[in-house]
Amino acid sequence: MTLLRTPLHGLHEKLGAKMVPFAGYDMPVQYPLGVLKEHLHTRAKAGLFDVSHMGQVVLRGRSYAAVAHAVEAIVPVNILELPEGRQRYGFFTTPEAGIRDDLMLANRGDHIFMVVNAGCKIDDIAYLRRQLEPDVTVKEITNRALLALQGPSAEAVLAEHHPMVAEMAFMDVETVPLGGAECWVSRSGYTGEDGYEISVPVAAAEELARALLAHPDVEPIGLGARDSLRLEAGLCLYGHDMDTATSPVEAGLNWAVQKVRRAQGARAGGFPGAARIMNELQTGAVRRRVGLLPEGRAPMREGVQLFASAEAETAIGVITSGGFGPSLSRPVAMGYLPSDMAVAGTQVFGEIRGKRLPLNVTKMPFIPANFKR
Amino acid sequence: MKYTEEHEWLRLDDDDLVVVGITEHASTQLGDVVFVELPEPGTTVSKDEEVVVIESVKAASDILSPIDGEIVEVNDVLVDSPSMVNDDPLGAAWFFKIKPADLGQMDDYMSEAAYKKLIG
Repeated sequence: MTLLRTPLHGLHEKLGAKMVPFAGYDMPVQYPLGVLKEHLHTRAKAGLFDVSHMGQVVLRGRSYAAVAHAVEAIVPVNILELPEGRQRYGFFTTPEAGIRDDLMLANRGDHIFMVVNAGCKIDDIAYLRRQLEPDVTVKEITNRALLALQGPSAEAVLAEHHPMVAEMAFMDVETVPLGGAECWVSRSGYTGEDGYEISVPVAAAEELARALLAHPDVEPIGLGARDSLRLEAGLCLYGHDMDTATSPVEAGLNWAVQKVRRAQGARAGGFPGAARIMNELQTGAVRRRVGLLPEGRAPMREGVQLFASAEAETAIGVITSGGFGPSLSRPVAMGYLPSDMAVAGTQVFGEIRGKRLPLNVTKMPFIPANFKR
Repeated sequence: MKYTEEHEWLRLDDDDLVVVGITEHASTQLGDVVFVELPEPGTTVSKDEEVVVIESVKAASDILSPIDGEIVEVNDVLVDSPSMVNDDPLGAAWFFKIKPADLGQMDDYMSEAAYKKLIG
């Protein structure tokens, strides 16, 4: 099977990246700096990520309101009243109240711009077409790369290319000319740091990436550090921390469902799985996603079974993401526990290599968020 | 020094103990090492038995004992400073010293030249 390549594939190879298959693409997992240093650099200065493998989609219809109404029928979020130039986190739900994929969507006036996960994009786009066409047109944008510039220096770095980015608030979206190319820029990211996500025409992508990398504060960052950064930030990874078998409330995503879509709201329900989701929003879910800190040094990873005690016979939960947190210098994890145990300070035991090792439930994020407020 | 196909090195020291570590090739392949779990001194091990757990940021790996014998000493420094495995895999980041049951087992392994050929 041949792997797909992003527009920056040649650049990654020139930079000495170690390439691995991910979601059907040949992607950089790390550069010569290594995962640990790339992670720490992003939190100290700025990291540049190639996320062009993700799906970029444009939805158009008779009016913004018409498109918003159509998407609200498949995403339990307030899209109608999202102001122009603003972005919001959301997800597609299934009739069983599971999550099909998570996404970002933006009100761009005459269209909605949506970004979906690489691993799900083929299915997501087919789903969007089935649910929205013909009244809403669904166009996959294949002539643009997607870059993320994240870290405390991101604003200073990007502002050198256009000063307006410094005025953007967290979750603003603007069209910004960068290096002569029309870029769609949002002030958002997947690291817990301030930063931007930049949709850039393919023809201008390498030049923009090189220009950003030319700044002394910027290093190229691979998928390895992207994962450890989002883990420390307490952010879900689709397909691991949530999937079609987890409800949004179980996954701790209640905050993403605005009041207007909940019971008593003006546009309550009206999305797949609404009955169960609205019920869980009111009374809670049977299990919850929690942050977990192993007490020792051994990392505990996805798949580790969790027990209430060192001797208990039946597992009560599982780790869905775990690894080493470079900014904390210790292992971190997230997983699911019964709701009554999903309380900070609760001790549970994870079984690895035949031994039961203690972990403690912790609030997330593991490190404070540095979003631009 | 001898080398195994699993990218371990072994060296017979003056005190007749065999010191075992991993090669630079192995530590580079692993990436940043964040955790090392060593065996207890006094443990008897067999050739090809898993004796050390190494975890990098992304994955867990293990080191197999290349020979039969008794673990006499382990390098505790690696517990607090796992990154030494990346910094000095051939020197300071030795994993354990083993009292060999049968020195002849070392003949099973490659010379430096043969190992260099293996990794290309």
